Formats: sequence, C-alpha cells, structure tokens
Amino acid sequence: MIIHTQEPILEVHDLTVTYGRKPVLWGVDFTLPAGCIAGIVGPNGAGKSTLLKTIMGLIPPSSGYVKLFDKPLDDVRSRVSYVPQRESVDWDFPVSVLDVVLMGRYGKVGLLRNTGTNDRTIASECLDKVGMSAFAKRQISQLSGGQQQRVFLARALAQEADIYFMDEPFAGVDAATEQAIIELLRDMASKGKTIVVVHHDLQSARSYFDWIVLLNMHLVAAGPTDEAFTEETVQQAYGGRLNLLSQVGDVMEKRAFPSRER
Amino acid sequence: MEGLFDFFTLSDPNVRYVVLGNVLLASSAAMVGTFILLQKKALIGDAVSHAVLPGICAAFLFSGSKNIGFMLAGAFITGWLALVLIDYIVAKSKIKKDAAIGLVLSVFFGTGMVMMTYIQQSGNAAQSGLDHFLFGKAATLIGTDLVIFSVLSIVLLTAVGLFFKAFALVAFDRPYAEALGYPVRKLDLLLTSLTVLAVVTGITAVGVVLMAAMLITPAAAARYWTDNIRRMVWLAVAFGAFAGLAGAYISYAAPAMPTGPWMVVVSSAIAFLSFFFAPTKGIVPKMYTQYKNQRIIAEENALKRFYHLGERNSHLLGLRATNELVVAGDVNAPAVSGALQRLVAKKLVVTKGGRWGLTEDGKRKAARVVRLHRLWELYLTKYMHIAADHVHDDAETIEHIITPELERELEHQLGYPDKDPHNTQIPKI
Repeated sequence: MIIHTQEPILEVHDLTVTYGRKPVLWGVDFTLPAGCIAGIVGPNGAGKSTLLKTIMGLIPPSSGYVKLFDKPLDDVRSRVSYVPQRESVDWDFPVSVLDVVLMGRYGKVGLLRNTGTNDRTIASECLDKVGMSAFAKRQISQLSGGQQQRVFLARALAQEADIYFMDEPFAGVDAATEQAIIELLRDMASKGKTIVVVHHDLQSARSYFDWIVLLNMHLVAAGPTDEAFTEETVQQAYGGRLNLLSQVGDVMEKRAFPSRER
Repeated sequence: MEGLFDFFTLSDPNVRYVVLGNVLLASSAAMVGTFILLQKKALIGDAVSHAVLPGICAAFLFSGSKNIGFMLAGAFITGWLALVLIDYIVAKSKIKKDAAIGLVLSVFFGTGMVMMTYIQQSGNAAQSGLDHFLFGKAATLIGTDLVIFSVLSIVLLTAVGLFFKAFALVAFDRPYAEALGYPVRKLDLLLTSLTVLAVVTGITAVGVVLMAAMLITPAAAARYWTDNIRRMVWLAVAFGAFAGLAGAYISYAAPAMPTGPWMVVVSSAIAFLSFFFAPTKGIVPKMYTQYKNQRIIAEENALKRFYHLGERNSHLLGLRATNELVVAGDVNAPAVSGALQRLVAKKLVVTKGGRWGLTEDGKRKAARVVRLHRLWELYLTKYMHIAADHVHDDAETIEHIITPELERELEHQLGYPDKDPHNTQIPKI
C-alpha cells in the first residue's frame, strides 16, 4: 500500500542506507504532498531516525536520492528545518534559552555575520508561540524535558522554513506539552507548512497525522492515514519480525559485501 | 620592592618581552581552549602539545639553528599531523578515540625525545637550550619572538572572533549545524589548526609538556563563574592572562624558577579556587546553602513543637522548658537550643527564667508551618493516593519549602479544608 502524490514537496527515491556494510533501510521510496502532517511510524530499530537524518543529509545514502521542492537539499536549505532528538545535545551548555532559539536564525544570517535586532524579535515571537517567553533568559540546564522540546521547536520555527523534520518531538514530554505541540503543528499545517514527524506511539498516530509512512527497515506503507494506516499494514510493520531481511544484512556485513554491485 | 616596581613599569626590555609574550600566549591559548573544552576535546589539546616536539627537533636538524620561525613551522607540521593521524586511526580501525589519542601522543613524544637526545649528543654547540622547549623558559624570549607571538595571537583572536557563533553552534548541536548547511568539517579543521597554533605559540615560554594545561585550565575555571558562553571566553582569557603575568613575575623574581610550570601552577590555583568558591556552582557556597537550610529546618521545627504542645492544653503562648521542646529521638538538643536563641533574636520567641514561649509573631509563624504540614498531608492522600499513615515524613520536608503562592494554590485545589487526614484541625492564620 504505497500511494504517491502528484506534486510532491518531498520525494524519497529508492533510498538504501547502510551503517558500515549493514543495510538499515532498503529501497525506501515515497512522496509527500505539501501542507500535510506526516508521521514516520514503525517499531524500535525500524530506521525512522536514520531515514530523517538521511533526508537531512546527515547520513549519506548508499543509493537513491532525496528531492525537496523538486531540488536537491543543498539548493533549498533555507526552506528546510530540522529538530534533532532532544537527547542529542548537552543541556549543560553555557547558553540561554533565547541563545538556542537564535541559532534557528544562523542559517539565514550566514557563517560570518551576527544575528541582529530583527532576528531577536523573531526568536522572541517563536518562544512566545511555544509558550516559553518567560524562560528567555534562563540557562538551558534549568529546563524540564518538555520545556527543552519546546525550545527546540521554537528554534526550528525561527528558521521560517516551509518544511519541518522533527525527530521524536513527543518522546519523554508531559501530556500538556504534547497537546501544545500538536496544536502548534496543526496551526502551521493550516498555513501551508509541511511537517514530518518521527513517532513511535501507534495509539496517537491516527489522530495526529493525515499522512503516514509506515516503516520497518523497508517501506511497509505510505499514503493518507485512512488508507495506509490499516490493521493489516500495522500488522506487517510490527508483527512477524523481518528475520530474513536482518539476516541478509548480517551476512552482508560479515562478508563485507557492498549493498549495490558497483 | 624595587624589583616589583621595575617589573610592572616594564622598563627593562627583557622583562617587557617576557611579560607581553606570556600574556599574549596564555590569553590566546585560553580563548581557543574554551571551544576545545566545550567540544569535549580536552585530550586532543594534550596530544597536540606533546606531538609538536619531534617537529621542533626536526626543524633544528634541518636548519642547524634555533631559529624561532623554523621551530614554529616544524612544530605546526607535526602537531597537525598528529591530529590528522588520530582522526584517521579512529575512522579506519577498531581503535577508539581515547586509545588513538594515547597512542599518537606517546609515539610522537617518544620520537621527539629520541631526536632531542640525539641532537644533544651530537656536539652541536647551537643545540644548548633546545631542552627549554620541554618545560619552557620565558627568559629566552626576545624581541623578534614577540613580533611572531603578536601576529599569531592576532590571527587567533580574529579567527575566533569571526567564527565564534559557528564554533559555539557546532559545539552545542553538531547535526543541527550540519542541517543548516554550515561547513562543519571545515570548521573542525579550522579549530584544529587554531589549537595547533595556540600550542605552538606557547612552546618557548611554557614548553610542550605543559601547554595543554594552559589551553584547558582557564576555560574549566571560567565555566564555574558563568552560564554565558561569551562571558566564559572573556573570563578564560582573563584567567590565562593573569597566569601568564604571574608566571613571568615569579621567574623574574626568582630567575631559577621555570616560567611554564609556574604559569600552570597559577592557573591551576585559579581553577581550584573556582571549584571551591565560585558562587552557586562552587562547593563552599553549596555547603553554605545546605547549612542555611538546616538552620531554617531546626528553627521551624522548634516553632512547630511549641504549637503541638500548645494544642494539647489550648495554651499556645505557654512557657516551655528546653527539654520539653526536644522531640524524643528526633531532634538533638544542641540544635534546639541554638535554634531557640536565633528565634529569640528574631523576636519569634521570648525567654523567661530559663523557659521559652512564643511571641504573637512566633505563634503566627508556628501556625503556618503546622498548617503547611497538614495541607500537604491532605494533598498527598487526596491526589497522590498515599495512605494517611505514610504521609507524615514527606510533609516534614515539604512544610519548609512551600511558598505563599503554592500555599494558596494548594488550599484552592483542596477546597479550603478544615481537617487533615488524621482529622486534626488545620490552623487558620
């Protein structure tokens, strides 16, 4: 069950990703329409974060390509925003909440110039949107998990991008933050922004996302939630473990075999 | 005293070279070191500074003189080579980073020592003083050195100033920097080169063995004083400069003393002081906060005891003997009498003929502590479903920290109750 869209904002074409020799994603191929909230859903170790990192150019693919707005990533970086996993940074770093949000402006101001008053105004507005204005001057080590996630979100908003990639924004946050985030995402989508979220909770996936990419090392299903997210496809992704696929991967690693012949 | 005056007026050109050279090298090392520390690459600094030794020796063998330009160039090359080698080993073998650093450091330094011994026994007259590069000898600094140092320092300062934002971003969140399209690898390469440059600047005065300390220690000390990265850099620079100055003065006052080790000793002393005494993060202020908390707890517990005794015979202002105020097996007597004396000073308690009683203010304060205790017990049973006989110990702590705002919120949520879970009256104020 893989449904493609006519004018995709994101095109992932036959993407294979390996760690060392071992493939972790096999021939993933899907498209997303503009203005949707898409969930990348799958069990632990399905390669959800790997897929997101590959789209963001952080991991080079072994084969296949990714196109955003029908162009390679490097041509459209300013229109693309990324929210890494909250645990990926050291929250004891000597910066304030506002400093972190200002980093969202770094792409726009470039390598050598400094952020200006305009950037500060935008950063403050973004903090306000996630309900964290009162924390602007706080040192980031004083934040709770939910607050850290909101700060990361504000930083992504400050980029003023058209498509947002978020790695597990709901992991380890309180229910109030989860609600606040999903409302914010819906508001963004209603303004034509596209949002791609890595998510592992099956319960909430149906109500949160209007497009689903169901993943377990390979693409199980992709399309509008009603059509792609069925009992059958979920069973395929979560049910019987993909023993053969991971065994083949193990053999390739052991024999140092390439994932493509050339 | 005259020596001190001569030193600080910098009237003697030799003193001038040493002081300015030391301050320049120490402050630029501290500046670069801040980013190395924040990128968690402190060990790299150590590896580089050891790895420059073979370069120095090779430069001497090549040029046959201790020309500072050749020395610095040689040092830069092997320092750089060491870093590239570490990255290569990590990328291409199963050896992890810490082991690769240890390996490269010892191999390069060992090679350097072998070369130095060879040079010293070669009978070349020009070699005398080459061993100063091990621990540094600031007294050997001359005018041309200072020119080179100044240029290097300006290069470092400009580079860090220009790329400040980018270095901070990469140190905090590398994948994000990459996603923004920042040239992360080139920035790494740049910071690496700046590290080697900073080390190279220090080899004449501090020596290769100890230069790593001048990179890392001022930054580590600065981290204790601030949560702002810009302030941290400036503080590190100030600490480094002070250590440089102090090292120069000590070796001036006692010419037998080596400059480099003294600079390291001074900057370590600053780090130790920071570790113990820096406000909020230091150990001593933390202990003082604990001590103050204990005093507050002892005082409030004494007030509460007055209230409990008063509740029994409905006479809250009655006078009590000291031993009555000690709860059996709970609070020790010395803490109680100390607390009582402080309460007298605060006019919450009066003393008459060796007995103690609450003042009106004291009564109010005591009622509040009891009230918070009972409100919290009620909250625990009602919202957290903890049995009534399990809530006392928790409330014993919480009663001391609830603010008036939290108190109002608590009352509101509980619907302005009269009785606690043990069915005793919650005092109203």
